[in-house]
Amino acid sequence: MSSYTENELAKDLENQEYKFGFTTDIGSDTIPKGLNEDVIRLISSKKEEPQWMLDYRLTAYRAWLTMTEPEWAHVHYTKPNFQEMAYYSAPNQTKKYESWDDVDPEMKETMAKLGISLEEQKHLTGVAVDFVMDSVSVATSFKSKLAELGIIFCSFSEAVQDHPELVRANMGTVVPHTDNFYAALNSAVFTDGSFCYIPKGVRCPMELSTYFRINQAETGQFERTLVIADEGSYVSYLEGCTAPQRDENQLHAAVVELIAKDNSEIKYSTVQNWYPGDKNGKGGIFNFVTKRGICDTNAKISWTQVETGSAVTWKYPSCILKGDNSIGEFYSVAVTNNYQQADTGTKMIHLGKGTKSTIISKGISAGKSQNSYRGLVQIHKNAHNARNFSQCDSLLMTDECGAHTFPYIECKNSSAKIEHEATTSKIGEDQIFYCLQRGISEEKAISLIVNGYCKEVLNQLPMEFAVEAQKLLTISLEGSVG
Amino acid sequence: MITIKNLHASINGKEILKGLNLEVKAGEVHAIMGPNGAGKSTLASVLAGRSDYEITEGEVDFDGIDLLEMSPEDRAREGLFLAFQYPVEIPGVSNINFLRTAINEIRAYKGEEPMSAKEFMATVREKSALVELDAKLASRSVNEGFSGGEKKRNEIFQMAMLEPKLAILDETDSGLDIDALRIVAKGVNTLKTDKNATVVITHYQRLLDHIVPDFVHVLYDGKIVKTGPKELALELEEKGYDWIKEEIGQ
Ligand SMILES: Nc1ncnc2c1ncn2[C@@H]1O[C@H](COP(=O)(O)OP(=O)(O)OP(=O)(O)O)[C@@H](O)[C@H]1O
Ligand SMILES: [Mg+2]
Repeated sequence: MSSYTENELAKDLENQEYKFGFTTDIGSDTIPKGLNEDVIRLISSKKEEPQWMLDYRLTAYRAWLTMTEPEWAHVHYTKPNFQEMAYYSAPNQTKKYESWDDVDPEMKETMAKLGISLEEQKHLTGVAVDFVMDSVSVATSFKSKLAELGIIFCSFSEAVQDHPELVRANMGTVVPHTDNFYAALNSAVFTDGSFCYIPKGVRCPMELSTYFRINQAETGQFERTLVIADEGSYVSYLEGCTAPQRDENQLHAAVVELIAKDNSEIKYSTVQNWYPGDKNGKGGIFNFVTKRGICDTNAKISWTQVETGSAVTWKYPSCILKGDNSIGEFYSVAVTNNYQQADTGTKMIHLGKGTKSTIISKGISAGKSQNSYRGLVQIHKNAHNARNFSQCDSLLMTDECGAHTFPYIECKNSSAKIEHEATTSKIGEDQIFYCLQRGISEEKAISLIVNGYCKEVLNQLPMEFAVEAQKLLTISLEGSVG
Repeated sequence: MITIKNLHASINGKEILKGLNLEVKAGEVHAIMGPNGAGKSTLASVLAGRSDYEITEGEVDFDGIDLLEMSPEDRAREGLFLAFQYPVEIPGVSNINFLRTAINEIRAYKGEEPMSAKEFMATVREKSALVELDAKLASRSVNEGFSGGEKKRNEIFQMAMLEPKLAILDETDSGLDIDALRIVAKGVNTLKTDKNATVVITHYQRLLDHIVPDFVHVLYDGKIVKTGPKELALELEEKGYDWIKEEIGQ
């Protein structure tokens, strides 16, 4: 009898192997391991950067040297050895591709394994893909169409070359290089990333999408993203990641800055599926990301994330609600399995009058994993009539996993309205049996229940991403289908 | 349709079913009555395949197959349906999505093509009209925020959608108002054919005015201790269970 028990489910979950574990064998141009000012100068010169960019990096590096790596109560890991990592690696290609057809066949194969085959992408109408393998962008599509509207969507390095004034004026204004240990490190050694600028009054007609991927053994990945929505503009930006299986832990320390000018809106969606380590907790990506956006008057930023990967995730997409009546939203699903650890949440900083924020966080813990939500809602003294609604739910799949919720509220204005709801529940055997009794298999049942539980968040994702996210949730929780 | 022989089942080491016998033929309606805690819901759960119960003895033949050897989902796919005494809520999963998944899983099991969206929606309309289920409830999350009566009616709606061979209704009448009771009964009666069968578990004779049983059984202390025609229900309602206890010498 193949009836469901919690223990069987727990066993199934443990046996989940990482679906996208593979390595692409292409020659790479890598700087020797280690970090010092010379390495930074070398990165900068390889990228033919202007002096101000090098100066920025060096200032950040010197600041980083004075900082100490943070510690968190519910996250345990072996700290990366920063002198054992290589800080620059670019696929060995001098020429950028004009069209997808020119892309290295081996890379195409890689993307096919990721389920984002070029063919599929081409047919995916309305999606422009800027594919980042390791640190250098290898292809950008739909560029001309976007250019007609004055939209700039390119790799960060290109932006430094072609739009230095925009980069220089905005970079580091939301996440200063002194912000935290990992942001400082990123500011010193970042190799590439994405840049996006939407001009005044322009509504970007397609979802902008970038696939990040780590492909070089022992290469820390330091992406940098800067999205600027000028007055009255709108953009929806998608970021998705997946990485090949590795034995060595890999560090990822990205910085994402969003700038939403008056009356503009930025929707930033992430599906993150990096290698979480094997079922014994070996290997996996360390994901320490600083993501923050700033809203001017009437502007809106919404972060939506579905996190299923990484061995250790530390991530708090945040909004600074500076302008009056600006809006910040955070919708998150974080799944942890085996020995994964996630410490995610958000910070909503209310500075302007009538600012509003919404936080919907859904944690799912399986195996022996630990899943923490850490949220800060800060209402400053001039933020009259600010409002916040937070809802943090945790779903436990086994008896061995953990869920922790840490909501912090700092309120300095008595007219503020803050609501917080939190629940913790165990996946219901009654619910599963109810599904079984209607002829639904156990795996489908779990998928239905989990997707139902995450619905409010999944609903925020653009259509094609929502489908991908549902698949991911199913893969990471259902047990090996076969 | 179903033949239960000498069924013994326990939970946490405590024996609840103690040698239960029951035979239901196609085209028949059976009512099971009995005091609280007698084991009525346990019988329903054991037949549906809940894994908490240990079957220590006995056999169950369901149209030629050994029911106890089958997984719960396969039992459902073979046409066994249980209308739960306490239907659970599944937040975020619409009734429609839930039923479509169920229907297509059952079809796949039988080697049939999935039901087309058009046919599915037409069936939803037809069956929800049958049990006078508000169309809004059909698209809401499974049982979430439904009133007690709405949950029960939703069970019958699901039954109508899945068209089982054998339906076991566990106290579907409790919590229903007079009108709802009539509607649920009408649903059950409309779906009745000479190829399917219904077992209704109830405490009240009034349901049996609407769903007229061929047999009434008394389940007491884990066994069927008395079987009679529909009039037995009236007698039980009048006299309670004490005389039965006396009759069997307890
Ligand atoms: N998990 C359990 N552990 C121990 N005893 C249990 C457990 N579950 C049910 N029982 C017992 O089994 C007996 C039969 O319960 P069951 O729910 O089948 O009764 P019922 O006939 O359906 O009663 P009712 O008319 O109240 O619905 C009861 O005495 C109940 O307490
Ligand atoms: Mg009962």
